Order: sequence, then C-alpha cells, then structure tokens
Amino acid sequence: MRRLPVYFSVRIEPGCDIVGPKPMSSVERPVTKPRPVYLSLLRIRLPLPGIVSILHRISGAGLFLVGLPLLLVSMQWSLASPESFEALRATLANPLAKIVLIGLIWAYVHHFCAGIRYLLLDIHQFIDLKPTRQSSAVVLVVSLGLTLIIGALLW
Amino acid sequence: MNRIIVGAHYGLKDWLAQRLTAVTMALYTLLWLMIAGYHGGVDHDLWQALFANTAFRVATLLFGLALLWHAWIGMRDIWMDYIKPTALRLTLEMLTVVVLLCYAGWLIDILWGAR
Repeated sequence: MRRLPVYFSVRIEPGCDIVGPKPMSSVERPVTKPRPVYLSLLRIRLPLPGIVSILHRISGAGLFLVGLPLLLVSMQWSLASPESFEALRATLANPLAKIVLIGLIWAYVHHFCAGIRYLLLDIHQFIDLKPTRQSSAVVLVVSLGLTLIIGALLW
Repeated sequence: MNRIIVGAHYGLKDWLAQRLTAVTMALYTLLWLMIAGYHGGVDHDLWQALFANTAFRVATLLFGLALLWHAWIGMRDIWMDYIKPTALRLTLEMLTVVVLLCYAGWLIDILWGAR
C-alpha cells in the first residue's frame, strides 16, 4: 500500500472549520475511512506544493481547451503549402498571437516540469516535507524562467 | 462488518496510462529540441523534410495519440471532481471523447492526407 505523500498536507488557517463526517466509535467505523472532507476554498491557504498542483490542473485544462485545437490548426497550415507556412509565421508575428503563444508555452513548460516532479514523487524522491516544498519551488521558478527566456526570444 | 465499496478499479490502469503517455510525450518533446538544436532552428525546408519522413510521421502520430489519451484521463478527472450533476458530467465526458476522437482523425488527415 502506497503511503500518502506529505504534499497533500493542507495548512488550515485559524477559524477555518473542517466540515466532515462525525467521528464514529470503533464499533461502527467502516474498514474504509469516510474520505470526503469539505474545506472552504476561500479560507484555506495552499502550501507551495498545492499551488504547483492546482497550476498543473489549470495548465492541463488550458492546453486541452485552447492549446490542442490551435496546435492542430497550426500543424495543418504549416504543412499545406509554402504560402500557408508563411501565413502561419505572419499570424504568429502578431503581438496578440505572441501573448497567447507565450501563455501556452508557460502552460506546456509548467505541466511538463510539474509532471516530471510527480514522476519523481512516484518513485519516492523528494517525498519528505522539506524536499517536496523545495522541489515545488524549483518547478515554479524553472517553468517561469524558461517561459521568460522563450518569450524574450520570440518577441 | 460494513464495507464501503468504492470505485470500479480503473484507477490503477489510468494512473499508469497517465504516466506512460507522459513519458512518451516528454521523449517526443526532447526529440524536437534535439532536432531544432542540431539545425539551429527550423525553416520551411527542414519542416517539410521532417514530415516527409514516415518514421517521423509515425512518431508524431504516437505523440498525438499519447496526448489525446492523456487529455482524456485528465479532463475526466476534472469533470469528476467539479461537476456534481451526473447527467451534466456524463454529457461533458462524452463531448470530451467525441472531440478527442475528432482530433485523432484530424491529426491522421494532416499527417497522411493528400497534399
């Protein structure tokens, strides 16, 4: 049985009640613990690994909703003819297109780096509290840094 | 003893698929970085030459299928977590499947269609 990694720990601010099932006596307690615990989203402060985690989800959703159709359209344009290849290049030279592209590049790089971190967590690397916080800081810094560098080169 | 029955046991398979598809996509990304780094950028001639190569097209198709499978598991997780009404959730999940299947067809058409 896999131990729950510590990055699931959530810091709860004073006054933030955990609303969940009432404690049971040992006789009526089922074998599987009742899992749902409801937290007020507005009152919990996510630790660094939690921020990396929710950004991993948001970047993934963005890549599916925006990135994937744009990637396919761009691929089609780039391969159809030399003229459409140039048309794609001209479209991407537009500042608005560049902003969208840089946003998508951040989403890809963040999703990539955070994903590598999850693969490392799976093989029990950086699993303790301090290393897991440090590795999530590394993910945030590296993905923002790479996006800035690529963005500067594009601009 | 009151056991609570949870899940349909697809969790482990999806967990593994999510990681295998991720590694596939990461390798393809590195392949692109190596090609672009080796040639010092990508122009139209190199672009055409790459996609004229069957092995490269197959690799790209593999990347695309890994991406679509990965996106399915991820999007289904998101719908499962945030959309409580069953009818709405199933509708969104089905729409996701249909969209992803269309993307798969579109990708094959881009790679092997007449041009």
